[in-house]
Amino acid sequence: MQQTYQPIDARPMPGLSTGVLAWLKTNLFSSPGNSIKTLVVLAIVLWALYGAMGWTLTNAVFGASLEACNSLRGIGACWGVVTEKGRLIVMGRYPDTEHWRPVIATALMLGVVGISCMPRFWNKALPLIWVVMLVVYFTLMKGGVLGLTEVPTDQWGGLPLTVMLTVVSMTMAFPLSVFVALGRRSNMPAIKTLCTLYVELIRGVPLITVLFMASFMLPLFMPEGVQIDVLIRVVVGITLFSAAYMAEVVRGGLQALPKGQTEAAATLGLSYWQTQRKIVLPQALSMVVPSLMNTFIGMFKDTSLVTIVSLYELTGALALALNADADWRPFKLEAYFFITLIYFVFCFAMSRYSLWVEKRTAVSKVR
Amino acid sequence: MSQSEAPIIQFDNVNKWYASNGYHVLRDVNLSFAKGEKVVICGPSGSGKSTLIRCINALEEYQQGKLTVDGTVIGDDLKGIDKVRREVGMVFQQFNLFPHLTVLENLILSPTWVAKLPRNVAIEKAMVQLERVRIAEHANKYPLQLSGGQQQRVAIARALCLTPKIMLFDEPTSALDPEMIKEVLDVMIGLADQGMTMLCVTHEMGFAKAVADRVIFMDQGQVVEQNTPTEFFNHPQTDRSKDFLSKILGH
Repeated sequence: MQQTYQPIDARPMPGLSTGVLAWLKTNLFSSPGNSIKTLVVLAIVLWALYGAMGWTLTNAVFGASLEACNSLRGIGACWGVVTEKGRLIVMGRYPDTEHWRPVIATALMLGVVGISCMPRFWNKALPLIWVVMLVVYFTLMKGGVLGLTEVPTDQWGGLPLTVMLTVVSMTMAFPLSVFVALGRRSNMPAIKTLCTLYVELIRGVPLITVLFMASFMLPLFMPEGVQIDVLIRVVVGITLFSAAYMAEVVRGGLQALPKGQTEAAATLGLSYWQTQRKIVLPQALSMVVPSLMNTFIGMFKDTSLVTIVSLYELTGALALALNADADWRPFKLEAYFFITLIYFVFCFAMSRYSLWVEKRTAVSKVR
Repeated sequence: MSQSEAPIIQFDNVNKWYASNGYHVLRDVNLSFAKGEKVVICGPSGSGKSTLIRCINALEEYQQGKLTVDGTVIGDDLKGIDKVRREVGMVFQQFNLFPHLTVLENLILSPTWVAKLPRNVAIEKAMVQLERVRIAEHANKYPLQLSGGQQQRVAIARALCLTPKIMLFDEPTSALDPEMIKEVLDVMIGLADQGMTMLCVTHEMGFAKAVADRVIFMDQGQVVEQNTPTEFFNHPQTDRSKDFLSKILGH
């Protein structure tokens, strides 16, 4: 029997397929049962929001008035604590008159970090820009030259300290972690053992112990009179700590790469470091971007542990500001909301950046 | 085959054991390959045929015997291995293209980084190779945007960019849809016609009949039989070869 082939042209999908209404229909109102559940949940959410709005905005006190705050305790939030103590919390013990210096320095640092995040700025000038930025940052913060009053490092605090500790530690920890991960996978027994020992020792202790040791025990090993600045000790501690965790993340990415990639690179005559730089690391690192950003976001908040060595970054500065002041101490909750918001803004920005990197590297994976 | 020229590849009593389980994967292999010769190596899976050709460019190590490739003995000498790898191109079953680089970038990577050619010269040579495998219009695409047959042709072009003396093929069509096998085999036949020394591990007997000067049949790590294609397919000498041929030519 003769059969003829008549090609069927593609036709559009019936009904609503795109747009907000279509999304609502498929996800929230797909069946009568689901629609009722959606409405019930919506009702609960609105009721909770209404209650929260009352405390947060409608009845809240925004001015720095103790009497108003005390009279509305339990009914309205006292945002006056932020108005009154906000600057102390964000800046720490840095002298009041010199607050412009951390603001400019931190903005500069965040700006350079921002441009480093965009591949179009990755050129030979970038390391130089970093060096210049670091020199300017520390000169500005420390002072003592160019007519700036000197501010000892143990007075640095608040958000600028959190940002500085995170940026400097992460920038040094990331290359270290890549080398440690490659070292763990190396054929050379000495390097492999060294890297494994480093990772397992550091992962075996909490960050607080590492900071404690770096701060209090390191000077004991130093010869007489040699004083290492407390910030340097803390930065080294945080760097070594994060590098150990990031090394394992990178090693996971290296393991996930098919062996054929390195074999093909070998048959093309590429050396070990050429293979790592052009073939292995670009693929392995782009695979573990979510995990790495996870570590960065975690470390940003773990810097709050430097309180143990009497450095008052954002969380420590809050404790410092409110513990001493009995008047405002009852309103610690609102102050914590305030720094939570600050942490959230930074961490959310890092999350978004992570997603952006993933999208970019997915271009080559789209079929 | 010229008798006066030294063989370009020589296996002298080569033996290999897997370190993990002590399995004797290559047993007393004695083979020589002349320049310009096209050889097909066939056999059941696990017979050691892939391992054999992977020893040639030192992707696998051997423990006993001597393997000489274009005058260099393959052993612990790393410089020698680098030299050999520049002269031996390899095409893999899984293509092994670099997915984060475009087709063109895949091809110019080695010429610019190993042979240290200037970028524009490397691009020109790459385009010549892409034309040779008839895929020049996809130069700026990423490997995953191409079909299997196209990717394998890009892999062949990438190996050819180093102007190798010897081309090794490790089951190049085994991972392809049947419709795409022909386009890759056509490229390989074209290469054969241009005088390239080719060692090909494959199950494609049609290809063997078309271009091979010699067919080597391996089983359990040893060379069971080697002969011209016509002789091997029509008059297999050993029972093992007869058994193998009946299975693969049957369907």
